[in-house]
Amino acid sequence: MLYIKTVGAIFFRFTYGLTLYDGIYFCLRVHRSAGGSSVALLPFWRQCWQSAAEMIHSLFLINPTGDVFLEKHWKSVISRSVCDYFFEAREKAVTPENVAPVLQTPHHYLISIYRGKLFFLSVVQTEVSPLFVIEFLHRVADTFQDYFGECSETIINDNMVVVYELLEEMLDNGFPLATESSVLKELIKPPNILRSVVNTLTGGSNVGSSLPTSHLSTIPWRRNGVKYTHNEAYFDVIEEIDAIVDKSGMTVFAEIQGVVEACVRLSGMPDLTLSFVNPRLLDDVSFHPCVRFKRWESERVLSFIPPDGNFTLMTYHVSSQNLVSIPVYVKQNISFFDSGSSGRMDITVGPKQTMGKTVEGLSVTIHMPKSVLTVDLTATQGNYTYDLTAKVLVWDIGKLNPQKLPTLQGSLSIQAGVPKPVENPSLNIDLKIEQLAISGIKVSRLDLFGEKYKTFKGVKYVTKAGNFQVRT
Amino acid sequence: MSSGALYNDQGGAEAAVEAGQENTPTTGGTGGTGAAFRLFNTDFKKNEDLKEMLESNKESLKLEAMKRVVGLIAKGKNASELFPAVVKNVASKNIELKKLVYVYLVRYAEEQQDLALLSISTFQRALKDPNQLIRASALRVLSSIRVPIIVPIMMLAIKEAAADLSPYVRKTSAHAIQKLYSLDPDQKEQLIEVIEKLLKDKSTLVAGSVVMAFEEVCPDRIDLIHKNYRKLCNLLVDVEEWGQVVIISMLTRYARTQFTSPWKEGFMFDDNEKTFYDSDAEEKKDQEETKPYTMDPDHRLLLRNTKPLLQSRNTAVVMAVAQLYWHLAPKQEVCIVTKSLVRLLRSHREVQFIVLQNIATMTIQRKGMFEPYMKSFYVRSTDATHIKTLKLEILTNLANEANISTILREFQTYVKSQDKEFAAATIQAIGRCATNISEVTDTCLNGLVLLLSNRDETVVAESVVVIKKLLQTQPTQHSDIIRHMAKLFDSITVSMARASILWLIGEYCERVPKIAPDVLRKMAKSFTAEDDIVKLQTVNLAAKLYLTNSKQTKLLTQYILNLGKYDQNYDIRDRTRFIRQLIVPSEKSGALNKYARRILLASKPAPVLESAFKDRERFQLGSLSHSLNSKANGYHELSDWPAVAPDQSVRNVDVIEPVKERAPALGKTRKNKSQDKFYSDEEDENEEEEEEGSESSESSSSSSEESCSESEEEEESEKSSGDSGKNSSSSEESDDSEQEEKKKAKQKKSKASADSGSDENGNGPVGHDSCSSAESSSESGSDSEDDSADSPPPQKKNANKSQSKVVMDNSKNQVSLLDLDDFSPVPVNTSQSSVLSPSLMSDLEGLSLSNMSPTLQVTSPTFSPVKTHELLHHMSGKGLSATYHFPRQPCLYQPSMVSVQLTLTNHSDQILEEIHVGERSPAGLSIHCFNTIERLQPEASVTVSMGIDFSDSTQAANFQLCTKEDQFNVSIQPGVGELLTPCTMTQQDFSKEQGKLMGMNETSATLSVSTAISSAHAVSNQVLSVANVGVVSSGSVSR
Repeated sequence: MLYIKTVGAIFFRFTYGLTLYDGIYFCLRVHRSAGGSSVALLPFWRQCWQSAAEMIHSLFLINPTGDVFLEKHWKSVISRSVCDYFFEAREKAVTPENVAPVLQTPHHYLISIYRGKLFFLSVVQTEVSPLFVIEFLHRVADTFQDYFGECSETIINDNMVVVYELLEEMLDNGFPLATESSVLKELIKPPNILRSVVNTLTGGSNVGSSLPTSHLSTIPWRRNGVKYTHNEAYFDVIEEIDAIVDKSGMTVFAEIQGVVEACVRLSGMPDLTLSFVNPRLLDDVSFHPCVRFKRWESERVLSFIPPDGNFTLMTYHVSSQNLVSIPVYVKQNISFFDSGSSGRMDITVGPKQTMGKTVEGLSVTIHMPKSVLTVDLTATQGNYTYDLTAKVLVWDIGKLNPQKLPTLQGSLSIQAGVPKPVENPSLNIDLKIEQLAISGIKVSRLDLFGEKYKTFKGVKYVTKAGNFQVRT
Repeated sequence: MSSGALYNDQGGAEAAVEAGQENTPTTGGTGGTGAAFRLFNTDFKKNEDLKEMLESNKESLKLEAMKRVVGLIAKGKNASELFPAVVKNVASKNIELKKLVYVYLVRYAEEQQDLALLSISTFQRALKDPNQLIRASALRVLSSIRVPIIVPIMMLAIKEAAADLSPYVRKTSAHAIQKLYSLDPDQKEQLIEVIEKLLKDKSTLVAGSVVMAFEEVCPDRIDLIHKNYRKLCNLLVDVEEWGQVVIISMLTRYARTQFTSPWKEGFMFDDNEKTFYDSDAEEKKDQEETKPYTMDPDHRLLLRNTKPLLQSRNTAVVMAVAQLYWHLAPKQEVCIVTKSLVRLLRSHREVQFIVLQNIATMTIQRKGMFEPYMKSFYVRSTDATHIKTLKLEILTNLANEANISTILREFQTYVKSQDKEFAAATIQAIGRCATNISEVTDTCLNGLVLLLSNRDETVVAESVVVIKKLLQTQPTQHSDIIRHMAKLFDSITVSMARASILWLIGEYCERVPKIAPDVLRKMAKSFTAEDDIVKLQTVNLAAKLYLTNSKQTKLLTQYILNLGKYDQNYDIRDRTRFIRQLIVPSEKSGALNKYARRILLASKPAPVLESAFKDRERFQLGSLSHSLNSKANGYHELSDWPAVAPDQSVRNVDVIEPVKERAPALGKTRKNKSQDKFYSDEEDENEEEEEEGSESSESSSSSSEESCSESEEEEESEKSSGDSGKNSSSSEESDDSEQEEKKKAKQKKSKASADSGSDENGNGPVGHDSCSSAESSSESGSDSEDDSADSPPPQKKNANKSQSKVVMDNSKNQVSLLDLDDFSPVPVNTSQSSVLSPSLMSDLEGLSLSNMSPTLQVTSPTFSPVKTHELLHHMSGKGLSATYHFPRQPCLYQPSMVSVQLTLTNHSDQILEEIHVGERSPAGLSIHCFNTIERLQPEASVTVSMGIDFSDSTQAANFQLCTKEDQFNVSIQPGVGELLTPCTMTQQDFSKEQGKLMGMNETSATLSVSTAISSAHAVSNQVLSVANVGVVSSGSVSR
């Protein structure tokens, strides 16, 4: 025992003297050369000199065909061959969604997200909160979306330089630096058609010519000196119904998730207070960092200095004790026959609890069993499409007319010789109801402090179907 | 030598990508060897033309070239030979060009160290730039260039930047620390010094980054954290999201080494086992918790200050807080994280995955936490498979007698899923439910048997495997199921299932004596075509049958053993040989043969079906290691709670410090702040509150409470040196004087604003302050005792029946040096009350006498506060000074009024005449004034009482105090506690009244009681000093 300890100490001093540069690689070399005894000592060594603090090392963007089309390293360069482990996992998973977000390779850990058909793959070398990395990667994707309108391979390739500059600003030595979009937009101007034309003519640039000051202020999300001729503040209260309805039409589970999206264009440093008529409905909330949590706790009002432009002010959850009204019902009958390799489908959608509003944008999506070859259906309203490869049937209904309920019926043809599907496919419903927050939440007023100008205010309510599933 | 090592590392890592580089001379593309040229022909042509562009005079051409170079880097192509051309542009005026050059430098400097040195002077110059952004970016790039030669330069730059006025530059220097450390760990000691310095920084910008550096460089130097612990806790809300995550995880580690366990010893693990089977373990837990345990106030502070972060939009922050509560909070408090974690399930797929993993671990230990949210874990057909499996895992963990029927119904849907992998997992889950909950074992078993007729093979196979496990737990009653399975045997093709059936029949062959030999017969026929695992089980079955029923099966067994003997698989050959020796009596194996029956047919323990997440609990929640279920590099195990808490006092901070440090830290234009005492500081605080949301932590009630308790402790320690044994009184006093300070600050504020209108930040209050403190320093010693001795008599006099009252008292000496020292954290405190006041107002609305039933009896106040508040300072009052206090006597004049005692003193050398109350605001304010005092001699004082109707709000009552010549604006602001009236009522009445009150009337405040005083008396004194309430014997306080 004593012997081992001494050896450990010597070994330890030895490594300390040498591992000056890149801990991991060196560490592995020692591991290999020193043989068995060092294996046991390694964790000790690591605990002393490696820590949890090292964050994102590299980022690879991978397109649907499995090619790395962008790489960025914040520390020393890691070969892109590290992605092979990921490709292996991708191969095994049937769909891209099924790839595990966290993978372990011999020397690295790969944490990835899947957004807009692209994989954002980050490489980390040490212990880190996986959510930290995932959240950051999503923030990167959000920023791309915000800058370029979409987040696709072509658009990233077209704006490679801006993307690179963004990544450079967002992360320093693997630790997030500026992730607030308002700050970033000051550092790097988002491209638009006009500017790109002007830039090519004059040789101008996307980088702000004057140095920004805002992220030095104590309000990281807002810069000083915002000025508008029309001062306006609009809020969208968007609610989504998540529900599972069983075969018999019974609601197995339903809840409402809401989000308040704001579009605030106000000059100066406005201090806003938004209050609700019935804040008690809100069961669980999360806020943009600008919202003063203490005021919410004590008075149930949202008090905040808004960021400039569009942002998500809060998200909320309506307490599950309240009964959730389900706006539509679905009558369905899907059956597969044992003989003749065919099936029948009959779906009718009707209004249930719509609070007197019209249901719009109604559509039904069905993931058919793999054995369904083709469908032959007629819809009384709207159109349907059937994707033969993905086996997805989408019936786009549009506005729901309570007098004349839309139905879709017809036959399905099944691959011959394959046993009939055991389970009927479940239906995913999508819908939209304007001017209604299904939970009944209502904004009572918006007050502006700190600035003295007239403000145009508005609140819009929308209810949508979130994850609304009808089992059959 | 060291650089050599570096090169090797790099070279190895990059060999694949940078193949070209080896062929290219590192000094750049000055000629390019022929071989390289041929190899990278096209590349080179392109790069040549880039080089020309970079060397041109046109800025736009250079920019275009740099953009293309960056494009090459992004694609992972080699552009290192352009280094000389690029590095020339490092001093460019064009910001975008410069930025792109930086990008290039950071990428290639390591490979071209000599050339990279050319750029260093540019950065050194930029480090001195007046613009903080330029300084910061220069430091950023300089520290990102991994060239060992410049380590001393970096060290110097970091040290300078750490003392920079701009918090942004200091933040950058914190980042640079980590980079330098990874470049040269020999600098550790010096870097720790810088970290120590930066840890003291008060800026929220710096906090996250420096803790990050701390975690990287010296995570074991916990001693550096002590002094900054409270500050970090209080700043936490305002730190940017990413910093919050880092700080929370560091504080979790810290807390586990510094505080004692809030859980009962060994509680966590003992209880797990119980919760699994015992539904009322939850209750027991709570009962057990009532055992006295006093939490360190600092421990409480951490829990309290992290709680609001559960509402963060950043999922990583929410998870960090959740794990903090899980690892640090008392068991009954952990539940508050549930809702937030469930909320995260609405987020992206990847977030769901991680959160579900953590919930799965949590549900193993404490299913009660998530049971109300069971339905949130229902599986949707569109979920990814790994998410489905996790949800299933959680549902299984949550199952108990009450909800099992719901869960099983849900499982029925899942079994039919098209996703077969998931369907199989569901069957496993049903099996686990069946073993865990004995009530449903039969139901589950029957359900599983029904599944045997399923058309899908995987479902059937999985069912067989699970049934096998279930039957093993209670084999006696289920021979019919075994028979049924034997019948199914022909139709099942999945080898695992076939093997399971064979094993079952073999194991229980005596229960199915007719079928077993028949099955063996079939197997003998198909033996050669079976899978290995089935063959092995066939051999087993044969052996067991041979032992129990050798008459029928002897030949069959021999046949099978012969087949096995020549099998291709050595395992099967071995097994066959072994079995033969064991069961067939021969000369050699005499001894063993006797025991064959006991060996083969020993009763076997039933398999335990348990969660796959069982062993994950050894890892800290939310960590990468937890997610992977294996220890990741650099994972620190969370230490166990210390048996005895280390010294708490290490966290005590020199209280003067925060005030002083603030100004440079914030780097704002408020210069006066550092010089002013807390009065003006408080003003600032309020302003900040209005103009910047981020400062709100300062105003959080929690921090104020903390500071209050801190000051108590200090006060106490001071007192105890003087008069030991007066514990309770000293704590009273400290609290009193603290409140007094608060009042004074308020009063000053409003006074100042009334006086000087536009510039309320002005020097007025400061003037008072310095003067009074100077003057009163001599008197400060006797001060508090005086008060406590003086005030009781007046309170006796007017014992009447109005609500409560405010009294002013004449004391010449209320501002003392002692007070100031003790309460320098008060800025935090006062600003808190100013923020809360609107809410208090609304809270108090409707709390009026009309709510009270006539049966109410107003009790006489049990306690009279001894502290006085300053109303008018003699400097601003031209010699007239006024103080007031609340005697807590029912007001003589009107029941709705609060009585206030006012003490007026003449400090001037002239006689003051006609002292009376003048104009008041708000206009409707009803004040019962004192009679005009005709004359007041120099150095004389007079005590008068007045009644003020505050309309149950904490709004200040403003009025003028007039002498013959002058008017002085003054204001009295009562604490909530002063507006209350103690009443005695029956418990029924109390609950009735309470029902009427609705939620709006609730006001809560937390009092921190220092650990030294824990007697009931001391606690009630503490409460009484803040609010005018009566003591009820049962311990409940009515209001």
